Amino acid sequence: MQNPQYNQQMEFFIDMQRCIGCHACEMACAECETNGQESMIHIHYVERAVSVQTTVQVCMHCEDPVCANVCPADAITKDDFGVVHTANTSRCIGCSNCVLACPFGVPKKEEKAELMMKCNMCYDRTSAGKKPMCATVCPSQALFYGTREEIEKLRPNSTPVNKFLFGQEQVNTKVNIMMPKGSTELRIHE
Amino acid sequence: MIRLLQTLNKMALIKASIAAIAIMVLVFVGSRNLQNFDAALIAYLLGTVFAVFGIAYRYSVWLQRPPTRLYWRRSIQFLFSRDFPFYLVRSVRLFFQNILFQRFIYHRSRTRWIGHFLLATGCLIAFAVTIPLTLGWIHFEFKPGNDTIYYAKVFGFEAGSFELGSFIAFMAFHALVWCSVLVTIGAVMMMKRRLTDGGLIATQTFEGDWLPLVLLIAISITGLGISYDYTFLQGKTYQFMAVTHAVTVILFLVWIPFGKFFHIFQRLAQLGANLYRYEGKKRGMAVCPHTKEEFATQLHIDDLKDVTKELGFDFTLKNGNSHLDLSPEGKRAALAKAHFEARKNAGAFFG
Repeated sequence: MQNPQYNQQMEFFIDMQRCIGCHACEMACAECETNGQESMIHIHYVERAVSVQTTVQVCMHCEDPVCANVCPADAITKDDFGVVHTANTSRCIGCSNCVLACPFGVPKKEEKAELMMKCNMCYDRTSAGKKPMCATVCPSQALFYGTREEIEKLRPNSTPVNKFLFGQEQVNTKVNIMMPKGSTELRIHE
Repeated sequence: MIRLLQTLNKMALIKASIAAIAIMVLVFVGSRNLQNFDAALIAYLLGTVFAVFGIAYRYSVWLQRPPTRLYWRRSIQFLFSRDFPFYLVRSVRLFFQNILFQRFIYHRSRTRWIGHFLLATGCLIAFAVTIPLTLGWIHFEFKPGNDTIYYAKVFGFEAGSFELGSFIAFMAFHALVWCSVLVTIGAVMMMKRRLTDGGLIATQTFEGDWLPLVLLIAISITGLGISYDYTFLQGKTYQFMAVTHAVTVILFLVWIPFGKFFHIFQRLAQLGANLYRYEGKKRGMAVCPHTKEEFATQLHIDDLKDVTKELGFDFTLKNGNSHLDLSPEGKRAALAKAHFEARKNAGAFFG
């Protein structure tokens, strides 16, 4: 998995407020060969009864991934580039620990296959210097893959944040969420 | 050397040593004080004892991890509960479904299942044949006074007989040939996947994914070479065939605890996970405060709260609830709502 073409200057930036719920990313995600043509991205209404707000979620690739820590089969690994890979198919026992412990609600369980699958940032593409599928098709740039300089030019009034607070727990991630200028963290629960 | 020994896990070392000693004792018992032990297989025996030691060591270390330990304890607790007969039957059924037939792989890909099933069946039958032979637990002899009836002794006790030259004899003496054919076909199918699937090409490693297949094919081909030699070459190349086969098999045995083959033993945990899910459903489901729908067993959520804390993660909220009470969709919605609020409080939804 060591690929010299992996460009570590490129980063992933999400801005859920820009998501228009078009599902283009979902269709594109299914083109990723590391997913076996299964779409791994999550896109849904936040509270359909009262709002038209939609949200989109890719794996945040945590610095200390909870999913990997709670995996009883050592099936989830993080590589030297900080990419947290989907479950090793020979090891995953389909227990759903990762699905239920991920603070971002990312891993999916394929019930019949008894296998967890999740976004690995289109490793087949990113390891070859290309952008993830979802980021290439997002029409509103809710999903953006590029350099810090590029995102600063595009969003001068926003700051990328990769520190999230879930109650007592602080989670740092490889993927950033675009927040109001000057923000340093996102607290999920007040 | 001493520093290396100090890094070893003491509990695992003790358990692995006990397992290795137990297997050696069973060699003496099963072969009736080495009377039925085939000395030609001594190198295989050493490899097997090392494999037992290594597997027991790694298994023990693996079971010490908090999530693995939890599943292990829960599985044992549920299996040996008052529902023992039910869970025993369920475990046996799951063993056939998931271990012997690997049905879950069929749902990943049919071709992949065929390849894996051939490969796994060949390996499992070969284990069943060679390990008892290596350990001296199975031994073949002529019936006294009869040189056409061959009978098998298991742990020194007679356990069936067959006539030389019969169909049963042909199948039994060539069992490893059939295994080699199954393994080779399966391994080639798996290799084809690894050569053509873009996702696998991007993520595979030589030592993790290719070496096991190369090793299995090497064992099969050299094993077939032994049969070929005594069938068609009158044993002229026996020494070469026997040595190359022994080298590949011993490499395989020594490598089992360290490499991909360890998943054969890890896979048993899937049975425990199934029992855990079933018992959890009986006890009650957790309802997501956001979606208002059932999403997991309450037992699982409660256990995960404990395990994550043991691992150093604390998702407890100010109100005493936990972020883990939310379903995956609930967690994504909570993040989106928090992001929305942050943007709203800043006075602009976009920036």
